[in-house]
Amino acid sequence: MLNNIAAFHPAAAALNSYESIATATGTGSSGTISFSSIPATYKHLQIRFLTRSTRSASSSNIFIGFNSDTTTGNYYGHMLEGNGSAASAAAKIGSSTSFMSATSAASNTSGIFSGGVIDVLDYANTSKYKTSRGLSGYDANGSGLMYLASGLWMNTNAISSIEITDPLGNFATGSQFALYGIKG
Amino acid sequence: MPATYDKIATQTVTGSNLLGTTGITFSSIPSTYTDFRLVQNLTLTAAAIGYIQINGDTGANYSRTSLAGNGSSASSARTTSANQIGTDIAHETSTIGTYTADFMNYSNTTTNKTVLIRNNNTAFGTEAQVGLWRSNSAINSIKLYLDRAEYYVVGSTFTLYGIKAA
Repeated sequence: MLNNIAAFHPAAAALNSYESIATATGTGSSGTISFSSIPATYKHLQIRFLTRSTRSASSSNIFIGFNSDTTTGNYYGHMLEGNGSAASAAAKIGSSTSFMSATSAASNTSGIFSGGVIDVLDYANTSKYKTSRGLSGYDANGSGLMYLASGLWMNTNAISSIEITDPLGNFATGSQFALYGIKG
Repeated sequence: MPATYDKIATQTVTGSNLLGTTGITFSSIPSTYTDFRLVQNLTLTAAAIGYIQINGDTGANYSRTSLAGNGSSASSARTTSANQIGTDIAHETSTIGTYTADFMNYSNTTTNKTVLIRNNNTAFGTEAQVGLWRSNSAINSIKLYLDRAEYYVVGSTFTLYGIKAA
């Protein structure tokens, strides 16, 4: 059916508004990943990640914070989760972090990692509170979670650092995080 | 800093409608990116489920977990040991439907492969799902097809983008 297909362009065409800023990896000995000294030269940020927790469970919730602010009351958020049989929702009201993802953890077969993408919008604007949204999940052929997240950081400062935490485990070897900047 | 979001390839249905059970294949996907993203912009001759197979693997090595909303309720479903990664919500028919799939760290050879999918249908609803291919092989091709003998209508597009971390 190749006669039905047109405009096949194997050569890459670079789009110059999406750039890699930094990467980080899990070592198995820390439950925190930080990106610091984030330049204010982009419009939005995006973090793409592949994660697994060392927690002795099938999953572990991971959270996001900004500029090292862990003040209770500064973060709000919602999550919507599907576990393969039902959908559920939860909220964070006046918390110390925002929702980010539910990651695959140590009781799953080795090699099962979560994938995820989270966007932080208009992060350098100094007249707005900061919002984020995430899409992530893992499947383990019989178990798994699909996870949507939204977050609010009630602060107008430009975001210069991001802290990602797994409070109940560490990020396993093979976990990868990549921070990108998107120009406006 | 270098640009890191590149178009790898585009295929467009032209001339006559394309049989959905035949579908299309992207082969020789370069391993030089961190992730790649598939964007489908589709019209079909009738509602049908879209499938993905990876590296020509037709075995029961796929599974998925979904989260969907149909306008009145939210739900979650799962498929295990399947021969492909499907969707809960059928692709669009009379209007253009959008479908994206992110293949995360697709060229590493130490983890199974995870795919994040967003699929919308203005008549039926919206969904997010995570798919698993139980293989540590690097992904070098994907086949996109339908679960029944409906057609991709002329003008439907399929595009791959590569995303590269520093």
